Amino acid sequence: MKRLSVFNVVSLTFGFAFLYVPMLILILFSFNESKLVTVWAGFSTKWYGELMQNEAMLQAAWVTVKVAVFSSTIATVLGTMAAYVLVRSGRFLGRTLFSGMIYAPLVMPEVITGLSLLLLFIGIGLDRGVLTIVLAHTTFSMCYVSVVVSSRLATFDRSLEEAALDLGCSAAEAFRLVTLPIIAPAVVSGWLLAFTLSLDDLVIASFTTGPAATTLPIKIFSAVRLGVSPEINALSTLMITIVTVGVIAASLVSKRALVKQRQEEQEAVRTS
Amino acid sequence: MGRHRLAVLDGHWRRLVGELMRRFLLIAIPYIWLLALFLVPFVIVLKISLSDAAIARPPYFPQFDWAEGIRAFIAELDFENFLWLVEDDLYWKAYLSSLRIALTSTALTLIVGYPIAYGMARAPEEWRPTLMMLVILPFWTSFLIRVYAWKGILSNEGFLNQFLLWSGLASEPLQILNTTTAVYIGIVYTYLPFMILPIYAALERMDDSLIEAAEDLGCSRLSAFWLVTIPLSKGGIIAGCFLVFIPAMGEFVIPSLLGGSDTLMIGKVLWEEFFSNRDWPVASAVAVILLLILVVPIVLFQRNQQKEQESEE
Repeated sequence: MKRLSVFNVVSLTFGFAFLYVPMLILILFSFNESKLVTVWAGFSTKWYGELMQNEAMLQAAWVTVKVAVFSSTIATVLGTMAAYVLVRSGRFLGRTLFSGMIYAPLVMPEVITGLSLLLLFIGIGLDRGVLTIVLAHTTFSMCYVSVVVSSRLATFDRSLEEAALDLGCSAAEAFRLVTLPIIAPAVVSGWLLAFTLSLDDLVIASFTTGPAATTLPIKIFSAVRLGVSPEINALSTLMITIVTVGVIAASLVSKRALVKQRQEEQEAVRTS
Repeated sequence: MGRHRLAVLDGHWRRLVGELMRRFLLIAIPYIWLLALFLVPFVIVLKISLSDAAIARPPYFPQFDWAEGIRAFIAELDFENFLWLVEDDLYWKAYLSSLRIALTSTALTLIVGYPIAYGMARAPEEWRPTLMMLVILPFWTSFLIRVYAWKGILSNEGFLNQFLLWSGLASEPLQILNTTTAVYIGIVYTYLPFMILPIYAALERMDDSLIEAAEDLGCSRLSAFWLVTIPLSKGGIIAGCFLVFIPAMGEFVIPSLLGGSDTLMIGKVLWEEFFSNRDWPVASAVAVILLLILVVPIVLFQRNQQKEQESEE
């Protein structure tokens, strides 16, 4: 029997207050009438209006979304391939190096990744802009995707794939018809993770971008360095809302899919 | 008959070649991508850290030139930048101060995170998915925004100082923003989920009857916690500490937004060396040394993860 003591309740309350109060304050002050973000002067949505008029901000938001969509999609394909290789391909030449290169970017300081990619792009004479940010983001987020997907691949029953192969499927068909539907929730959450990582990234984008492409985090960082502004609060509120709704919706959908999948598996066991 | 058999054989052969080709491509595509965009860039950083700064585009020397040959190229490389890092005590101080800040904030994150993870593991089963979600959610929201949120709270007229003055805990506003204290708060806040999740995973797996047994055998609750719970959650604690320490060591955003001019961190030094001083060779040398410092914790972390995985199986 687990006991939830007073101490546990207190630590949970304070812990979650610590995690959420700063963001709630940030959201609250985005609706402040005054330009000061510390003194409350009445409710207003004017900062959202000003944000919508800020051409440079909207331009940066568009670049950011474009980069995130491209990089997370390529990263999902490459990351799923890499996960399949890690879990299913057995031994091959240079496997240790391969898995090392998958795990190392997860713990690499961003300043190092950013610097090294920039030096590469300059070395091969690639003009810096949207393309170089997409390449950089794809590289580190494919590693996150492959970790998420490989943990799902490692836990599912391989005999399903083998059954498909015995029944005359080619390896590609078995992957498309059996493996992919089963790992689909993990692939989707890998994509979402890659997408948000790309939306968030400041350091690597700052190194790999050129004057032609400014992303939202770069824009926010340069504004925030000078001080706090209600317009940035409004922008942050919008971003927090979008992410929260997205994450909750995704988790509900994947939970439902998981329940359904479990039921089907049980059904299959019973009928056989 | 013979012809038919040949056709079948041919089909098999073709299929085999197809499979091999597919397997080769499956491995080769992500492999080549990572080699080209992860490994090769490091080799370039290493090479430039051994080059000399030059007033040119790109601002370093020597450039690699096939005509001169590899030997002539290598002869031009030297350890001058590293000597420079050793001689100038700014860099020493920055490495040491990053190490200190990263270690202290890892300890603080553990102190804040452990009770939360412990409370979560003891919460009723039907709450746990929601609590998990609440811990993970901040991880999805922008890191930059979460750091920025503290800027408004910690400033002299900010929320925290207003609260302290109102409650009478302080008689005048405290200078917290632009100090190292603010950096600690920022690191603990942003990396807290990384500490909570592995500890929670370890605690949730734990069998409660072990604690009951310890208590039945005469342990007080505190000593049962100390002798049973802590050792059993060791794997989670170690994983959480590495997950906070490693990125905190190279942190750039937090010290530059919350820290003051006296908060030295190596990530910030590297950034300034590159963007403000435009000294690429020195920036590369700073990166190489940071990486050398981090190799030990990274290897230890991966070993710990492997051990955890094996104990699960």
